[in-house]
Amino acid sequence: MDARETGSAPRITVDRDRCIGAGQCVLAAPEVFTQDDDGLVDLLPGHEDAAGDAHVRDVPMACPVQAVTISDG
Amino acid sequence: MTDATTGAPAVPKARSCPFLPPDGIAGIRETAPVSRATFTSGQEAWLVTGYEQVRALLRDPSFSVQVPHALHTQDGVVTQKPGRGSLLWQDEPEHTVDRRMLAKEFTVRRMQALRPNIQRIVDEHLDAIEAQGGPVDLVKTFANPVPSMVISDLFGVPVERREEFQEIAEAMMRVDQDVAATEAAGMRLGGLLYQLVQERRANPGDDLISALITTDDPEGVIDDMFLMNAAGTLLIAAHDTTACMIGLGAALLLDRPDQLALLREDPSLIGNAVEELLRYLTIGQFGGERVATEDAEIGGVRIAKGEQVVAHVLAADFDPAFVEDPERFDITRRPAPHLAFGFGPHQCIGQQLARIELQIVFETLFRRFPTLRLAKPVEELRFRTDMVFYGVHELPVTW
Repeated sequence: MDARETGSAPRITVDRDRCIGAGQCVLAAPEVFTQDDDGLVDLLPGHEDAAGDAHVRDVPMACPVQAVTISDG
Repeated sequence: MTDATTGAPAVPKARSCPFLPPDGIAGIRETAPVSRATFTSGQEAWLVTGYEQVRALLRDPSFSVQVPHALHTQDGVVTQKPGRGSLLWQDEPEHTVDRRMLAKEFTVRRMQALRPNIQRIVDEHLDAIEAQGGPVDLVKTFANPVPSMVISDLFGVPVERREEFQEIAEAMMRVDQDVAATEAAGMRLGGLLYQLVQERRANPGDDLISALITTDDPEGVIDDMFLMNAAGTLLIAAHDTTACMIGLGAALLLDRPDQLALLREDPSLIGNAVEELLRYLTIGQFGGERVATEDAEIGGVRIAKGEQVVAHVLAADFDPAFVEDPERFDITRRPAPHLAFGFGPHQCIGQQLARIELQIVFETLFRRFPTLRLAKPVEELRFRTDMVFYGVHELPVTW
């Protein structure tokens, strides 16, 4: 896979400054998202490119403060 | 019905089916999802009923929660203006600072860890109901005490004071009383909370107030008032809301035997079933209130600075643009982001606890009492049309 292909793959981005710890992401896709000890969103290691998963696709809509986005490259 | 002075139609409240939104609200949403309406207090404000429009409103930083009027009460007077830690009456950026202090105690993981204790509380109450024999009022014997015990355990409220907390919680949620009665309930709550905070300072335990007292607090915001405000908000909110969902949810499931049969056949549907119950019943029946702090726009409609707006979450959760065939109660639906817990930075902080409680409650209730049925027809039940949160005043059942 060259750099151009990597760049165009959908990626999950989390914004911890916006996060309020509602937990919607963990509820929808617990295999990809977690909450740290402060209750704020974190991506589980190795899952930044799991954006194609149907449950992960639900998260940007479910997050009440738009702290999770999926970029389509 | 129109208001004589302004001509704006009254916000619909009457329901011909007790499990569906008020008659006429769908028509308003179809015609104008952002419209003018006259509320219980006689005052006029914006009424937002469309799903996308409600979401847009609740996440818009141009709107404040510190509204000038209590539109859903008789006299329209705002009585409760709690400060730091309350979350309810706080705007950004202060609100998120305070919410984060509390949010770390309400993570999905922490709430999951409460499962065994919640299961024990549910089992004990169902044991007592079984021993007593039917018919029983499920609200009094189960729906009210279970959430009360769960949240009281979490906060370390002494057993002998739990009944008083429940009584005050109910008094504070009435909208059919004058300002003085609501204020009196607030004063009693303040006294109890002050005592509770002082006791935890003297004797810390493994409860939530003790955790907040000892938490990392770099900005130094957690003082007695913060603790009392936070505990007050969380205790009141957790008592009433979950109790309403248990009573009303049980009534709905007993009224729809086909859906209940699906759940009995496949208990793994419980997660989906609870989401559909939350959407379908969206018990915050009057919606959330905001006021524009600057000129803004919602759904293409201009809202002027200082104007008050109501986010009608119940109407929004029945928007066909959000969910197909909204009036069909279907526990097999794929869960979608309903607005039963609100949206935006003020979305319910206790929602993960509520979900787990409701899942355990309904799974256990219908497993333990497979022949459970209403002891009174639905038409004869008294519904909480007069309270902030909708529900049933009583639910006589037998088995």
